[in-house]
Amino acid sequence: MKFLSQLISGISLGSIYSLIALGYTMVYGIAKMLNFAHGDVIMIGAFVVYTACVTGGLSPVLGVLLAIVACTILGVVIERLAYKPLRSAASLAVLITAIGVSYFLQNMALLVFGSDTKQFSSVVSLEPVVLADGNLTITGETIVTIVVSLIIMVALYLFVNRSKPGKAMLAVSEDKGAAQLMGINVNGMIALTFAIGSALAAIAGALLCSAYPALSPYTGAMPGIKAFVAAVFGGIGSIPGAMVGGILLGIIENLSKGYISSQLSDAIVFAVLILVLLIRPTGIMGKKINEKV
Amino acid sequence: MKVKRIIALALALVMCFAFAACNNNEDPQTDDPGATNAEEGQTEANLSFANEGTLMIGGIGPLTGDNAQYGNAVKLGAELAVAEINAAGGINGYEVEFRMEDDIGQDEKAVTAYNNLKDWGMQMLMGTVTSTPCKAVSTETEADNMFLLTPSGSSVDCIEPDTAFRVCFSDPNQGLGAADYISANSLATKIGIIYNSSDTYSTGIKDKFVEEAPAKGLEIVGEEAFTNDSATDFNAQLTNLRDAGAELLFLPIYYTPASLIMTQAKAMGYTPLYFGSDGMDGILGMENIDTELVEGVMYLTPFIESSTDEATVKFVESFKAAYPDQTQYMNQFAADAYDAMFIIKAAAEKAGVTADMEVAAIGDAMKVAMTEITIDGVTGTGITWDASGEPTKQPRVAKIVGGEITAA
Repeated sequence: MKFLSQLISGISLGSIYSLIALGYTMVYGIAKMLNFAHGDVIMIGAFVVYTACVTGGLSPVLGVLLAIVACTILGVVIERLAYKPLRSAASLAVLITAIGVSYFLQNMALLVFGSDTKQFSSVVSLEPVVLADGNLTITGETIVTIVVSLIIMVALYLFVNRSKPGKAMLAVSEDKGAAQLMGINVNGMIALTFAIGSALAAIAGALLCSAYPALSPYTGAMPGIKAFVAAVFGGIGSIPGAMVGGILLGIIENLSKGYISSQLSDAIVFAVLILVLLIRPTGIMGKKINEKV
Repeated sequence: MKVKRIIALALALVMCFAFAACNNNEDPQTDDPGATNAEEGQTEANLSFANEGTLMIGGIGPLTGDNAQYGNAVKLGAELAVAEINAAGGINGYEVEFRMEDDIGQDEKAVTAYNNLKDWGMQMLMGTVTSTPCKAVSTETEADNMFLLTPSGSSVDCIEPDTAFRVCFSDPNQGLGAADYISANSLATKIGIIYNSSDTYSTGIKDKFVEEAPAKGLEIVGEEAFTNDSATDFNAQLTNLRDAGAELLFLPIYYTPASLIMTQAKAMGYTPLYFGSDGMDGILGMENIDTELVEGVMYLTPFIESSTDEATVKFVESFKAAYPDQTQYMNQFAADAYDAMFIIKAAAEKAGVTADMEVAAIGDAMKVAMTEITIDGVTGTGITWDASGEPTKQPRVAKIVGGEITAA
């Protein structure tokens, strides 16, 4: 019973990681850059929901929609101002810029919203499922997060592999120069990628803070890093990989907290990550790339 | 070109924000001169003293800078106590003069402030307010054998010299206070602990609590940890503690992770009692907090405004009367400083301190007298000291009832 309970907590934590990792992997898969500001876009998304629902008194659905719009615009603006001018620069320069954007967003949030922690009101009104005389509880947030993550995963997979703009994105990710020669608007495609990634961040922000309702300007930072690990774990660039990586990371983290040591859980998580990368350098579901000589 | 212009505009905006932020920080400073004026008005009243001469007591604390809130509260609390002491005939019939110097919360500034106060003629020190400067100043007082009483320096190494004492609990001693209270009031016998293993404050309290618990008849059924980097999900820890049968969760942590723990326990259908350290103070101030969630939460705190004991009622009344515009400073720091002045008075009367005594002689007399007095103050009742300088007192415990902080 205890094991089942720990497992369910793990899946619930993992589903949040998955949702964030989907955004990471999407941007990495297409634009081939690590958007370290992703966690902070999540935080901004959560603040928009908080402001709309708690301060403004709007309904949760409206709040989330507003956050999606705000984050999409924010994502496109960040891409246009911070990343596009560095398109031909070394990838290290872009990485450093992403870290800079991350700090910029945190400090902006500190100025606008203040450093004190706010109690987030859940956007999910689903009743928890209680099993085995109250020893097993699956919260509404967990159910919604898993369902939303699955829907997003399938939708993204279909969009990228079946639709015309999706295929154009794939082409851009494989070879920017060739794609441009084929008449694909490379900048437009990358902007679209950021728009989708940031919209996902808004949803992730709303669900992250519904499950863990303490909202501060640093809320997105640590889950962002964990989700990045989850994306690498599952094979960065792979959409189903992000989902699998996130859930596995959550389960490993929770079981090691529950059964080995609550102090060592992070160390254990990262040890497992190193093992996986030693055995499969491209992650669990990553594509094997044969370098041509 | 266009891009550059946009960037320039953005940078200009950032600068505007930055300056706006600076202005906000300066507000507490501009409040301060008003405080001094109000105080001078009081001390100029007709006072009579049995003896010629003045006892000079210095104070050091951050009156400006990041921790200005603490320093200004201490200044107001101490000045209020000095005014009351002088109105009642002073200490041993001598008038008390109090002067507070600013250390901006930095250790080298605190040492400068200490030297300035010595030039002024300080005979005893009520300070410093924060821990790091207190450690630096205590090295100086040790060389001079100067009596030091810190109102709020809680780190263990603040009071190493023989002549150094403190009013507040040291960080680890909150663990002792909590164990005492839980067992004396039979709140629970099976205790679970969740603490922050990346924080010395939390670990120190936890260690002391675990050390003291068995002797008080408390059984610790589980100790679970988290770190600053994993302070979001507590389901695993809560599941373990629930299965171990913990009736009360001791949370020596700050209120943000504590609020998450309570939310997740509630979602699991687990409803233990909660007992926290003074880091829990502020949980009701969280924006949009669900008061039902924190109903019944208890924590240690030196000062509860709504407390009905004599000392607190008197302190709250006279503070409001003396500083009607500055009630935001009526907090645990002001209460600690207010108590500190009455502690100095009691010890100095016990030791028979006179205005013409040398600093070192006062230090020798005071360090003996401190271990012989018992004080009922705002921050605790039956306070006594041993030679180490640590206070022993009945801690005050706050309980949240119906969205209000009440004395438990």
